[in-house]
Amino acid sequence: MIEFLNSLQNSLIYKNFFLVLSGLDNTILLLLISLPLGFVLALLFALGRVSKITLLSRTIASYIFVIRGTPLLVQIYLIYFGLGSVKFIRESFLWYALKEPFWCGVIALTINTVAYGAEIFRGGIQSIEKSQVESGLSLGFGKFLLLRKIILPIAIRKVLPSYGNELILMVKATSLVSLTTYMEMTGIARKIMAKTFAPVEAFIAAGILYLFLNFLMVQFVKYLEWKYNPHLRLNN
Amino acid sequence: MFKFDKLVFGDAGWGDEFLIATLMTLLVSILSMGLGLFLAIITVWAKIIQNRITRFIANFYTTVIRGVPELLVIYLIFFGGNAVVMSIAKVFGYNKYIELNALTIATIAIAVISATYSSEVLRASYLAISKGQIEAARALGMNKFSIFFKVISPQVIRHALPGIGNVWQITLKDTSLISVTGLVEIMRQSRISSNVEHSPLTFLITAAILYLCLTTISGRVFKTLEVNYSKGFST
Repeated sequence: MIEFLNSLQNSLIYKNFFLVLSGLDNTILLLLISLPLGFVLALLFALGRVSKITLLSRTIASYIFVIRGTPLLVQIYLIYFGLGSVKFIRESFLWYALKEPFWCGVIALTINTVAYGAEIFRGGIQSIEKSQVESGLSLGFGKFLLLRKIILPIAIRKVLPSYGNELILMVKATSLVSLTTYMEMTGIARKIMAKTFAPVEAFIAAGILYLFLNFLMVQFVKYLEWKYNPHLRLNN
Repeated sequence: MFKFDKLVFGDAGWGDEFLIATLMTLLVSILSMGLGLFLAIITVWAKIIQNRITRFIANFYTTVIRGVPELLVIYLIFFGGNAVVMSIAKVFGYNKYIELNALTIATIAIAVISATYSSEVLRASYLAISKGQIEAARALGMNKFSIFFKVISPQVIRHALPGIGNVWQITLKDTSLISVTGLVEIMRQSRISSNVEHSPLTFLITAAILYLCLTTISGRVFKTLEVNYSKGFST
């Protein structure tokens, strides 16, 4: 047993695991900023999408169309390489954010998740029964109160499973930011691979960490579903 | 800022290169979608037959691949694929160096990813077929083969088409990640061109527009197919 543990400690996969682990905080940092920001913006965009102002609704619809029709990699590259090549952006205050691969990643991920999230929330908002809104109106709710007390809670809990899917896709999407020289888990795994010429060991170490991260995300979404759907719990 | 003159066809611009790159993206997408569907059918089969081992393997495969970033899967297959193929060849007594070409690796990598999504879609649509139909077919004396081709597949296709359309869009967009392996598709071409011309914005926007065209057109195609396959059903 001890011999086995010793050989495990000397194995490449064990060493790589801790090297890749040092990139975990960078991955989580990306998520911690882009997910909450994406959530709030997606809700606002969804409300704009279903609003009766045609111009607003159309603009948001075309934004969603463009973002969902192009790969995330193009969006990341456009922000990191594309915007950086424009002279007046380089001279403006935006350059403070855009020269950092981290902020480019955050911006690209947020832009991406807002489009997908807005579409998911729109589905939730449109699936609310009219009678619920009408009963709110008959109680004298104003527009804002109606939104806060009836529309948003019902819509959000209805779409939690599909929004959970989007969250997991976002965890996976953070790996693309490594292509802008940002050193998160995939970037470190790639560097290890280049140093040791042992691709399988490096990427499996990273894969295990991503699986773990996604496992946590799934549990988090499950907890939210349990919390916000008390009427669906079997025994309470 | 946006240099239109760099996009003309011929030696002066990159138009023809981008045309070839677009065809390459389409080729990789179609090949890997096809291979992915084939893998997905095997995965679904492994999940629905009453066998714990095959079901475990299939579940393990779909869970792991869907829980790991696509880029990581591509890196693993791109850098690790040669070693695996060579060790398999060694078993058969072939000791020379083998190098898979970029297109093969790209197709396999994207197919492995796309198959996990397809398999979920196909499994759901298989489960949507009522058991009575299969029993009825068996009662008519049809063998397994004709049950599969005459009863199950036509209905699975109809149920699965909207989902398969989604998987196609995902697959098409995932091919952009293949650019890290050096295969010249739209993304790689736009990086090459922008490095030469020092104008990333032009070529990245071109790439975005090309992807947008591909996804929009193929979305239309799938809509038509859906209408075609749901003839006689009021859905």
